[in-house]
Amino acid sequence: MTAHHEGSGPASPPSPAGMPATISAGDSARRSRVLMKGNEAIAEAAIQAGCDAYFGYPITPQAELLEWMARRMPELGRVFVQAESELGAINMALGAAATGARVMVSSSSPGISLMAEAMSYMAGSGTPMVLVNVMRAGPGLGGIGPSQSDYFQATKGHGHGDYRVPVLAPASIDEAVELVATAFELAEKYRTPVMLVADGILGQAMEPVSLRFRTPERRTGDWALTGAAGRPPRIVKSIDLVPEVLERRNLDLQRKYREIRRHEVRWDEWQLEDAEYAIVAYGTAARVARSAVARARERGIKVGLFRPVTLWPFPERELARVSQHVHGILTVELSSGQMVEDVRLAVEGRCPVAFHGRMGGLVPTPDEVLGALKALRGKVQRAAADPALHHDGGRS
Amino acid sequence: MERSVVFAGFGGQGLLFAGQALARAAIKDGLEVFWIPSYGPEMRGGTASCTVIVGDTAIGSPVVDRFDAAVVMNPPSLRKFASTIGSGGLLLINESLLGEEHSERTDIDELRLPCTELAAESGDDKLVSIVALGALVGRLGWVTPDSVRAALREMAGKSRLGDARRREIVEADLSAFEAGMRAALPVQGLAPSV
Repeated sequence: MTAHHEGSGPASPPSPAGMPATISAGDSARRSRVLMKGNEAIAEAAIQAGCDAYFGYPITPQAELLEWMARRMPELGRVFVQAESELGAINMALGAAATGARVMVSSSSPGISLMAEAMSYMAGSGTPMVLVNVMRAGPGLGGIGPSQSDYFQATKGHGHGDYRVPVLAPASIDEAVELVATAFELAEKYRTPVMLVADGILGQAMEPVSLRFRTPERRTGDWALTGAAGRPPRIVKSIDLVPEVLERRNLDLQRKYREIRRHEVRWDEWQLEDAEYAIVAYGTAARVARSAVARARERGIKVGLFRPVTLWPFPERELARVSQHVHGILTVELSSGQMVEDVRLAVEGRCPVAFHGRMGGLVPTPDEVLGALKALRGKVQRAAADPALHHDGGRS
Repeated sequence: MERSVVFAGFGGQGLLFAGQALARAAIKDGLEVFWIPSYGPEMRGGTASCTVIVGDTAIGSPVVDRFDAAVVMNPPSLRKFASTIGSGGLLLINESLLGEEHSERTDIDELRLPCTELAAESGDDKLVSIVALGALVGRLGWVTPDSVRAALREMAGKSRLGDARRREIVEADLSAFEAGMRAALPVQGLAPSV
């Protein structure tokens, strides 16, 4: 699946309907890829992207990310600190990032909650930083199984105040490597913290990685605290006690978020060209959905996949366009249904929107998703056969 | 086209290693592959497993509802995974620890191997999972044996032990792999090609 960006061209052509009978060998570029664990690939991608300093505190299922950094960063003469807690880590990151350093922090769900306050301060003070959340099942300490139940937290703001954070959601380890570089790029371009959300599966799994690492060009702004010798001092802060001044700062922030919405929407489409139904899913859930789409197509159900890559900004215009051409949309998440609220906002009632999800660290199987899709289709067909039955938006 | 296998047994039997060798071999053959361990809170001596999915296009679901093959190295794994194999799939049973135990399935190919004895005969009785890997590759041919051999050499090369010990490890791995391949060769009606 190739990701779209800023309304780039149509999706790559669908795979041929007839699958080959035997597994065929690929080309030499595919042969030279390296098998890497998700957590380790994300860490190495950050290093290759020029990460100067990493701060963290161990937690399953992202511990290997921190372990990789613990070994590699000192080797390269860069900063690695295992802090005394998640609060320590994120506030050290705030301090380091204020000097213009390229900084990363990673954790998993409960640890991310602890970091919420500092994220708000970074958004308020315009401090670039990349925060990785390898999501696990909640609420509370929950469990260590894979989950996507931090969608609200990631996209609707973690801490207090009127702020947003770009959120990138890879569906494979190779894509995670690319999006780590993108995350640093966006953080510096817009002077904002950026989140990359994976889940326990993407963190723990191993996949072939192309090692096409990228080092984004540094945008050392005129704001960083680099020592005031020979120039007036600078201040990086979020506090402003004069309401009129604080409102102006907020208006500036909102202008920035409009820019991000305009230019940084990313998504991916698969087999949507002739689709009568669409599944909307991101990350690991999108991979399950992809298998369900393939199985549905074998059974003659015309369905395609719409995969948000940026969860914020959400690809709402692109999904709205899809909703004009399909009879119904199924949203699949490893949660009780969080992104589905943004799906419904984008669809604006143009077609029914149904939901299927699992919680607690469980992942739906492709057959389960296929079942949910058939249920949606049955409902749509019954409503079409009897116009007196108005659809209920699929809120089952 | 995707093919999936679960390697399951006791922690310490080398199942995650065998799965990784298969995954590396798949890359060398230019295939797509996905490897995922069970990472739940397991205790020492408890069960461990990993799933490997091999395919010729991007791997979809990391969750498998019907395995094409299962390698079960201890009794709990047989009970857990025998029912998850799709019809016509392969169940590889480690007789050394499972004895007479078998699945109730009549629609699958059941391959019984004394992995510990085969590993011991080939030089190191600890390499039970490499024997099983050899049998799996020998029976199903998802990846080329040469790619597995290259993967085993590569993985031993990552060891921090000295060169001499590394060479010994590679030799032991390769010979266990061959033992598994040979053991898997006789198919119903065919004489063993000794």
